Amino acid sequence: MTNRTGTASALTLSLGLAAALALGGTVALGLSLPATVEQGEYSRLIAIHPGLAWASYLAFGVTAAASALWLWPRTRSPRSDLVAGSSAEIGVVFTALTLATGSIWGRPTWGVWWVWDARLTLSALMLALYLGYLALRRVPAPVDVRARRSAIAALLAVAVVPVNHFAVEWWRTLHQGRSLAQTTPGNDLDGIFVGVMLLGFLAMTLVYCWLLVHRVRVARLEDRLDEQSLAVALDERRREAVLAP
Amino acid sequence: MWRDAVLVAGKDLRIEARSRVATNQVAPFAVLVLILFAVALDADRRMLEQAAAGLLWVAVLLSTLLAVHRAQGVESAEGTGDALRLSGLDPAGIFLGKAAAVAVQLLALEVLLGVGVVVLYDIDPAGLGTLALTAGAATVGLAAAGTLYGVLATRSRVRETLLPLLVLPVVAPVLIAATRASEAALAGDPLGAASQWLALLGVFAVMYVGFGVVAFGPLMEET
Repeated sequence: MTNRTGTASALTLSLGLAAALALGGTVALGLSLPATVEQGEYSRLIAIHPGLAWASYLAFGVTAAASALWLWPRTRSPRSDLVAGSSAEIGVVFTALTLATGSIWGRPTWGVWWVWDARLTLSALMLALYLGYLALRRVPAPVDVRARRSAIAALLAVAVVPVNHFAVEWWRTLHQGRSLAQTTPGNDLDGIFVGVMLLGFLAMTLVYCWLLVHRVRVARLEDRLDEQSLAVALDERRREAVLAP
Repeated sequence: MWRDAVLVAGKDLRIEARSRVATNQVAPFAVLVLILFAVALDADRRMLEQAAAGLLWVAVLLSTLLAVHRAQGVESAEGTGDALRLSGLDPAGIFLGKAAAVAVQLLALEVLLGVGVVVLYDIDPAGLGTLALTAGAATVGLAAAGTLYGVLATRSRVRETLLPLLVLPVVAPVLIAATRASEAALAGDPLGAASQWLALLGVFAVMYVGFGVVAFGPLMEET
């Protein structure tokens, strides 16, 4: 493990295969969904949109948990910091995709690309919040300093999410209720839609896990490069000095 | 802790009083923002009247960035930040002091902007009690959150651009709640309509003051 130079392993290979299978299944089943009366072709976005949103929540949750683990002295390890940063990066991607797919659905359904509804506003704020977190991580600093700073920022970010939630919820509400609340029997979401949506949840979760493992390994290699590059350069210069007459 | 807070707040306010950056630069900037809003909205009196509360709070938010930036700036120059750390003052006290100094400046600015809105946008001042409560709660929250993120972003070369990105999404609930509470007050509604928003402002303020007291120490050590 210590001399690993790539980021693939048996774990990522199997995770990746499972993710690809689930994603392929979601796409295939999603495209085969019947068009509904109210939303026409666009109802098929239900296969991926709720799954993407769920994965972004999961990613930010993992960031918060890993940051808390880092801040707690007994569980502090450099790995928690890397997991926190990597997970936030993936979360930002998923949030952006959630907003994009939501927008694509909103245009034909609501008639506009964007509405100032509570959920959308909250997602946009969350995206900005974590972009700020990632920008903070990019500020050059020793590994420990960066870890503490970003762990505190991550916990602050996660704490502000409920406040933002209430603020925008009271401000405006137009988005339909939570997707999962509609899976109870007797609801107007058909069984096949629910099934595909749940498969989408599974697929996005697997994709998230696969990306996370790879990203953490890349992050560790980056840190090692940072640590070693100076030593390597010094070593080379020294050898040059010895060779010189 | 409280004594340290008073010391630090006194120091920061004395610096502001002597350097006059707040009065000569931040306050004119805030008024300028109000004027620019009017220009952008084509001085449509009805629209300005409707949007007055929101515009006022956006101006406050932008000025908060300047005030926080300034509060951190005086610590990063000439090694004063190190001196502050070596002084043995309680970090929680330093946080409360710096946040209090920012809050005092913001309150003064809000009064000025309030007068500006009344004069420039032709607003009838009403519900002054509710407005004062709103301004108080919002200011505490803004100052605490701003100071906390200010120290997070401090000492980095990209501080000027990083601070707005960190602070603005965080204080979005303050903008929403303060705007709604001010609108309710200006519309002459009784306290009831604004109470929900005031509660949210209160929660935000308590949360960030609490966070600051706990987290400022570790954050100061590392910078």
